[in-house]
Amino acid sequence: MELTVGPNQFFWEAPRWAKFYAGLARAPVDRVVLGELVCSKRLPFYQDRLPEAIEVLADAGKEVVLTSLALVTLKRERRMTADLLAMGLEVEVNDLTALAHLPEGVEFSVGPLVNVYNEGTLAWLAARGARRICLPPELPLDSVRVLARAAADLGVSIEVWGHGRLPLAISGRCYHARLHGRTKDNCQFACGDDPDGRAVDTLDGQPFLAVNGVQTLSASTASMAHHVEALAEAGVSALRLSPQSGDFVRLCRLYRDRVAGGMDGEALSAALLPEVAGGALSDGFLNGPCGADWSGGRA
Amino acid sequence: MVMETVCPAGTPAALRAAVEAGAHSIYCGFADETNARNFPGLNFSREEMAAGVAFAHARGAKVLVAINTYPRAGAAPLWHRAVADAEASGADAVILADPGLLAHAAEHHPGLRRHLSVQAAAANADVINFYADSFGVKRVVLPRVLSVPEIAAINAETDVETEVFVFGGLCVMAEGRCSLSSYATGLSPNMHGVCSPASHVDYAEEGGELAARLGGYTIHRVGKGEPAPYPTLCKGCFTSQGATGHVFEDPVSLNAEQLIPQLAKAGVTALKIEGRQRSRAYVAQVVRNFRAAVDALAAGRPMPEGMLARLSEGQAGTTGAYRKTWR
Repeated sequence: MELTVGPNQFFWEAPRWAKFYAGLARAPVDRVVLGELVCSKRLPFYQDRLPEAIEVLADAGKEVVLTSLALVTLKRERRMTADLLAMGLEVEVNDLTALAHLPEGVEFSVGPLVNVYNEGTLAWLAARGARRICLPPELPLDSVRVLARAAADLGVSIEVWGHGRLPLAISGRCYHARLHGRTKDNCQFACGDDPDGRAVDTLDGQPFLAVNGVQTLSASTASMAHHVEALAEAGVSALRLSPQSGDFVRLCRLYRDRVAGGMDGEALSAALLPEVAGGALSDGFLNGPCGADWSGGRA
Repeated sequence: MVMETVCPAGTPAALRAAVEAGAHSIYCGFADETNARNFPGLNFSREEMAAGVAFAHARGAKVLVAINTYPRAGAAPLWHRAVADAEASGADAVILADPGLLAHAAEHHPGLRRHLSVQAAAANADVINFYADSFGVKRVVLPRVLSVPEIAAINAETDVETEVFVFGGLCVMAEGRCSLSSYATGLSPNMHGVCSPASHVDYAEEGGELAARLGGYTIHRVGKGEPAPYPTLCKGCFTSQGATGHVFEDPVSLNAEQLIPQLAKAGVTALKIEGRQRSRAYVAQVVRNFRAAVDALAAGRPMPEGMLARLSEGQAGTTGAYRKTWR
C-alpha cells in the first residue's frame, strides 16, 4: 500500500508552508500533491515557494503532483486552472474545469472532490487519461470494492481518504469571513488564524464540524487505521494522508508502520488520538451507519 | 422572447396544477433513488410519468425528468432504466449530473435532450462548454454560487442555455459536492437523493425549550411556543469559539423575483422554482406569480412587486449569491 500526502487544505503562512514541505522530504511517503485546493486568494502568499518545494520533494524521490482548485468560478481562477499543466507536473483534477483544460492524451489523476461514484464515470475518466483516482470519502466499502475491481481492468490505481478532517462541502461563501462579520471579498484572511480549521460545535457543545474558509470539514479526523487490510483486499493501492498541524512526518511514519504490518489498528489509533485537532477519529463513511461514526476496536 | 418557467412537481396532481397555472415546463422524477428529491410519498411511477407527459403536451407544456443522483457502484442499470423510461414516456429532456450517466445517455439515447443538473455544480463557461462537447448537453442549471454579472459572463462565452433557481429552498454549498448530511445521518443527496432526512429528525422538550436534532446533533433550540425550524444542517445554529449563530446560512429561502429583469439581461433562458416536496396549492400559486412576471417582462410592463414574500417558508427571503455581498 502506497502513501500519498494530499494537498494542504488550510491557509498557513509561507514560512510554515515551506517548512512543512521541506520536512516532508524525510517522510516515508510515495507521492505528494500540493498547490491550492480551497481558495484562490491564498495562493499568492506562497506561490513563489512552490518551485523549491517541488524540487526538494522530487530530489527525495517523491512523485510530485499539482492540485486544481476545488471550485472554479472567477476569471482569475479559470486562468489559474488553465495554467496548471505549464508547471510540468502531473495535474490532480479536483474540479472538472481542470479536465477541460487538459489536452486529450495527457495523463492525470483525479482527487477526492470529483464525484466518482460508479464504474461508468470511472471508465469515462480512464478513457480521458486518468491513471489514478482518489475516491470521494463518502463511499462505503462495497462501492470501493466494485470501483477498485473496475479500475484494475482499466489500468487505473485507486486511492482512498486515509487520514484527515473530511472535506464535506465547498461553497461560494466564506464562513470564516462570515464568522468575523466580513464578506469573502473583504475576508482579511481570517482562515489563517486556524491552522486546522475553526471548530463548529452543536448547541450541546458537541464537536461536529470545522470551517476552513469556503470549505466545511468534519470536526473528527477520519482514519482508515482499522481498515488497511480490508482496503488492500478490495484492491485499493494507496492511502491519502491530509496535512494537519503538529509532527506530520511522525504521523506519516505511523501510517507507514501500519501498512507495512508493523502495527495494528488499535496501536495506530491510540498514537493518533492525541495528535488530531478536536481529539476524535471517525471511519463511518466506510462501514456506516454515518460518516461521523468510529469503529473503535472493531475492525 | 418570454423566459421559460421551470416548475416543480412531486406528484401527478402538482404537475397538473403547475401546467394549469401556466408553467412552460415541469420537472419531476421517478419514485426511487435516481432523483434528488427521493422523499416518501413523492414522485412518479412509470405510468404516472407517461400520463403526466401526455397531459402537459396536450396543453403546450414540457416535462423534464430529473435523474440527478450519482448512480451507486454496481447498480447502474437502475439509472440506465430511468433514462430509457423517461425517453419512452415522451419526456422532453432528462436532467443528469453524473458523467458516466451522461455518457451512457449520449450514446444510447442520442435523440433525448440532455440538461446538466445543478448537482454537477458546473460554475464557469469552460466546464459548461466541456460538458457540451463531451455529452451534447444543451442546457445547464447553474449552481447557486454565482452572482448575476458572473452569470452574464458565462452566457457570453457559451451557447449552452442557462437555467437558474429563483425561488424556494436554497443550498448554500455547491450542489452535488456536499456530504454534510451523510456525515450526520448516513444518507446523502448524491447517493440517496435526500438531505437532512426526516427519518433522522428528533424534537425534544428540555427545560422549557424545544431542541431540534438531526442524527442526534442539536442544531436548533427555541422557546416553547415559538415555531421550531426544521433542522436542515446548513441552516442550523451552532457555536464557534463562544459565539452562537447561523454559521452557514440563516433560515432563509431564495426569492429572486426582483432580479428577473437582470437575469433576463444576463442571457438566462429559464427560471427554476425549487419545491418538488411542496403542495400543489403552493406550486400553483408560485407558478402563477412567476408566469405573470415573465409575461410582464416580455410585454415591457413593470414587474409585479413582492408577490411571493408570504410563501417563503414563513421566513425572510434572500437573493443569495446573485448579489455578491452574500459571499
